[in-house]
Amino acid sequence: MEVKILTQHYDKPEYQSLEGYKKYEGYQQLKKALTLKPEAITEMVKQAGLRGRGGAGFPAGVKWGFLPNNGKKRYLICNADEGEPGTFKDRAMMDRAPHQLIEGMIISAFAINSPKSYIYIRGEYFESKRIVEKAIKEAYAANLLGDNILGSGFSHHMDIYSGAGAYICGEETGLISSLEGKKGQPKLKPPFPAIEGYLAHPTIVNNVETLAAVTIIIRDGVEGYRKYGTEKSPGTKLFSVSGNVVKPGNYEIPLGTPLKDVIFNLCGGLKQGRKLKAVIPGGSSAPVLNEEEAMSVNMDYEDLADKGSMLGSGAIIVIDDSNSMVELLQVLMHFYHHESCGQCTPCREGTGWLSKLSNSILEGSASLNDVKLLEKVANHMKGKTICALSDAAAFPVLSFVSKFKEEFISAATANVALQFQSKNGQSYKRG
Amino acid sequence: MFTISEKTKAFITKEVSRYETKRSAIIPCLFELQKDNQGWINNDCIESLSQFMNIPSKDINEVFHFYTMFNKQSVGNFHIQVCCNISCHMNGGLDLFQVLSDKFNIKPQQVSKEGLAISKVECLGSCGTAPMMQVNEKYYENLTKEKAIQLVNDLVASKKQN
Ligand SMILES: Cc1cc2nc3c(=O)[nH]c(=O)nc-3n(C[C@H](O)[C@H](O)[C@H](O)COP(=O)(O)O)c2cc1C
Ligand code: SF4
Ligand code: FES
Repeated sequence: MEVKILTQHYDKPEYQSLEGYKKYEGYQQLKKALTLKPEAITEMVKQAGLRGRGGAGFPAGVKWGFLPNNGKKRYLICNADEGEPGTFKDRAMMDRAPHQLIEGMIISAFAINSPKSYIYIRGEYFESKRIVEKAIKEAYAANLLGDNILGSGFSHHMDIYSGAGAYICGEETGLISSLEGKKGQPKLKPPFPAIEGYLAHPTIVNNVETLAAVTIIIRDGVEGYRKYGTEKSPGTKLFSVSGNVVKPGNYEIPLGTPLKDVIFNLCGGLKQGRKLKAVIPGGSSAPVLNEEEAMSVNMDYEDLADKGSMLGSGAIIVIDDSNSMVELLQVLMHFYHHESCGQCTPCREGTGWLSKLSNSILEGSASLNDVKLLEKVANHMKGKTICALSDAAAFPVLSFVSKFKEEFISAATANVALQFQSKNGQSYKRG
Repeated sequence: MFTISEKTKAFITKEVSRYETKRSAIIPCLFELQKDNQGWINNDCIESLSQFMNIPSKDINEVFHFYTMFNKQSVGNFHIQVCCNISCHMNGGLDLFQVLSDKFNIKPQQVSKEGLAISKVECLGSCGTAPMMQVNEKYYENLTKEKAIQLVNDLVASKKQN
C-alpha cells in the first residue's frame, strides 16, 4: 500500500549530504532538466497533474503558466512554514532529504525562469533550518547553485528565510508580507502572487512537497508519474498520521488509497483496542468525518470533496471514542483565535466568539442556544474574509456540531440541569 | 540605552546588505538582538535597533509584536514550550504542561528560581510523536511525564555545572 517514491531513501542517514544524495542519482534530474526547454518542463508538470501539496491543491503547472511575460525578475518561494495542526511532512522531508527539495526547486526555478528563490521555513524548525542551510552550501560549492549552473548558462541563487512563529505566514500572501519584513498579514487576491508577489514582482509560492515532486516528474515522465493515483488526483502523496493510532507517522501512498487501509493496516489500527470515532482527514481546517464516512472514503481530492471534506495538507488526525468532540473543538478554536491576524472583522471577532462559546459549552456554563449560536457565528464567517483562515475555523465547527450534535447538546444541557439544580436547590432530570 | 554588541552589529550590517529592501532584514535582526539580550526584547532594544538600522521604530515594533517567537519578557535559561494542540492534547499534552509546572514550580509568565519558564504552544509540527515539547531550540518527542521531568532535571543540572 505504501509506495515510496518521494520517500524512497528517507531511511538512509547519508541521504542528507550531497555526497550521499549523489549515490542515489542525486542531481541527475537537474542535469536532464537543464537540457530541456523551460516551457517543456512546465508542460510536463501540467500533464502530470501535480496539484499543490500545501493545502489548496491547485495544479502547479497551471499556476506557473500564469506568470506574465513583462520582463520583471521572477521569484520562487518554497513554503516551508508548515503550521497546519496535524501536519509534519515538510519537516521530515527537509531533515531527511534536503537535497531532494533543493533539486526540485532548481528545476522549478529553471522552468519558470527565476534567478532567485527563498525557502521560508517556520521559525521553530531550527534543526531543519541548519540542515537545509548546510545542503544549500554544499550545492553552491558543487556549482549546483549560483552562476552558470553546471555550465548550462542558467544562474540561480537560493536563500533561507526564517519565520517567527505565526501560522498565518503559511498563507502565501501573508508569507510574502513577512518576507518583506512586515506583519504576516494576507492580502486580498487578485492580484495573485504569480502576477504581483514579493516586492510586487511575479512570484510563485509552492509547498515543499510540491517542489520535491517536480524532480520525480522529470525522472519518471508524465506516464510514469501518473502510474500511481487516480485520473484526477495522480501520483503519490505524503500523509502525516497522528492522534490515537498505534503507529503514527508519515506515510507515502498513492492518492485514492482507502482511508480505512491507512488507519487499520499501515498505522496498526487504534491504540488499546479503542473504537474509531472520527477522523480529520486533511489538517485541522478540514471538516471532520464520522466513523462511517471515514471507513468509506478514499484519500484523493475528489472523493474527500464528495464526502464534504478536503485533502488539505494531508494530515490525518485519528480520533477514538475516548475523546470528547466538544473538548477537541475547543482546542481547535483556541488555535484559530490565537492565529487570526485580525484584519477582517468576521475572522477576528468570529474566532473569538467560537473560542469563547466552545469553551463555555465545555466548561458547562453554556445553554442549548449557545450551540445554535456556535453554528450561526461559523456560518457568518464563511467566504467573507481576505484569506481562508476564517473558513478554516468555521469548517470544523459546522462539521463537529452537525455530526456530533448529541455531544454538544448534552454538554450544553448537562449544564441546564446544573443551573436548574442550583436555582431550585433540587435535582432536575431531563425526560 | 541598550548597547548592541559588536558581533550583532556586524550581523545586522551583513544581513541588511543581503536583501533588496532593508525591511526584510528586520526579522533576522530581531532574532539576533534577542540573543544579545538574554532571550528577550524590550523597548530599549527596539530603539537601539531602530537607530542602528535607520528604520523607524514603529516598523520594527509592528514586526516585534506580531510574531510570537519574539519574547516580550524574560524566558529564563530554559524556555519549555509544551504543545497543547489537537494531537498532543489527545496524547496528554496538557498533563505534561501541568506536571512540569507543578514539579518545578514554574508560574505562567514567570521564570522559576532554576531559570525555567513554561508556555503552552500551538502545533509544532511533531504531532506523530506526541506529546512533545520544545526547550529553547530543541524538540523532545514521544514524552511521558517521567521522561519530561528527567529531561528538565538534566537540563538544570547541566547548567549548574557550567
Ligand atoms: C491560513 C492558511 C495557512 C496556510 N499554511 C500553509 C503552510 O503552512 N504551508 C503551505 O505550503 N501552504 C499553506 N497554505 C496554503 C498557501 O496559501 C498556498 O496555497 C500554498 O503554499 C501554495 O503551494 P502549493 O500550490 O504547492 O500547495 C496556507 C493557507 C492558509 C489560508
Ligand atoms: S481571514 Fe483572518 S487571518 Fe485571514 S486576513 Fe482576515 S483576519 Fe487575517
Ligand atoms: S499537535 Fe502537537 S506538535 Fe502538532
